[in-house]
Amino acid sequence: MRLAFVSAGRILRQLRNDPRTIGLMLVVPLVLIGLMAWIYHEQPVIFDHVGPALLGVFPLTVMFIVTSITTLRERQSGTLERLLTTPLSKGAFMSGYALAFGVVALVQALLASAWSVWVCGMSIRGAWWQLVIVAVVDAVLGTSLGLLASGFARSEFQAVQFMPAFILPQFLLCGLFVSRDALPTGLKQLSDVLPLSYAVDAMNTLATRVDGGSDVARDLGILIGFSVLALVGGALTLRRRTV
Amino acid sequence: MVLPDLSVRIPRGRVTGLLGPSGGGKSTLIRAIVGVQIVESGTISVLGEPAGSPQLRRRVGYVTQAPSVYDDLSIRENINYFARLVGASADDVDWAVDQVGLGDHAGQRVANLSGGQLSRTSLACALVGRPEALVLDEPTVGLDPVLRRSLWTLFHQLADAGTTLLVSSHVMDEASRCDRLLLLREGRILADGSFDELLRRTNTHDAEAAFLALIDAEDAAQRQEGTS
Repeated sequence: MRLAFVSAGRILRQLRNDPRTIGLMLVVPLVLIGLMAWIYHEQPVIFDHVGPALLGVFPLTVMFIVTSITTLRERQSGTLERLLTTPLSKGAFMSGYALAFGVVALVQALLASAWSVWVCGMSIRGAWWQLVIVAVVDAVLGTSLGLLASGFARSEFQAVQFMPAFILPQFLLCGLFVSRDALPTGLKQLSDVLPLSYAVDAMNTLATRVDGGSDVARDLGILIGFSVLALVGGALTLRRRTV
Repeated sequence: MVLPDLSVRIPRGRVTGLLGPSGGGKSTLIRAIVGVQIVESGTISVLGEPAGSPQLRRRVGYVTQAPSVYDDLSIRENINYFARLVGASADDVDWAVDQVGLGDHAGQRVANLSGGQLSRTSLACALVGRPEALVLDEPTVGLDPVLRRSLWTLFHQLADAGTTLLVSSHVMDEASRCDRLLLLREGRILADGSFDELLRRTNTHDAEAAFLALIDAEDAAQRQEGTS
């Protein structure tokens, strides 16, 4: 496990050397949320519905893209092959990514929720710190899914295409456009097995209810479950021996 | 099959050169030795353990053919990361940086390095753990003669201190720098011995001529087999 922290440190150091990427990861969600608030300037009720859902969408999407590209690079540059000849285990390699991007997610969540509430005027009834926890778990899930997806990409071109393939369907079915209960039969069931639905559910609960703690905890549990599944799946795509 | 019926022993504490044309199976053999190649059949034992076993991960250093380091880190940050993975100290990092002659550039971002500096950074990342065996896939390719000479001097210093080295190259001139040679062509060992033995056996004066003589002899033997 110590080596997972060593790897997380290395990944964060790489990010620190790339301020433009940090800027994009942290600022783009703020710009988009701000844009939404502006669009619905005359209908704050709609923004109160859309805003929290977006806070569930961004961490997962951003971390998914960043992770799938960076781990694909590790596979292609030979650094992964080399790492697998060192004492670093596959689990520690993947945990290193989850840890490092979890830290970035924490900063992103703090910025995005502060921005949404204080600048864009989004109203939240639940506890503020719970919102941050959901965002961090959501981001770790995005990282885990990105690690899994990168195992199936042969080029960065393909990895980028996984965003619309993996994430957009979840985005359409997460309850942002039509509430999940109002989805036609079949689609409702489909949205029940997609991880993003639970991130958005949790954010909606926090936005609309004071006493939603236990529902949020259940959604968090489901998100963590998806994360573990994705990490296990990802570990299976990491092969020490290849042809 | 890339390497049919291959059987070799690589002596400890010596520099063994794995030479031969590109596509001859050098990288496959090297990857099998460090345990990242799927091996269909056969056994490979490294320092008394099966190739790729967890006990070897601290004892064997591997440098891939393409320099496998992180572009967006400095030389020192790269070496430091690999050092921490194998439990090496900060002194080992300084030592590794010095060994490959990158002391003056250690703070530079890898993305801005020349090809030679890049491959030396990659080498230092393997050196830093002071492994008992170093497996290097074409570490001197594309380097200028002065650098090549200094790296071969380093390889022999390491061997004198007890490290076992296996160094691949497709540049035949490097044969004279190895304690022992393996010539690999189309997955088969053409020669296995010292450089002097090779020259005597083929009655030639340089590595390239010796290698060509061996290939001609083999092709002739095959033709004869085909006609009889």
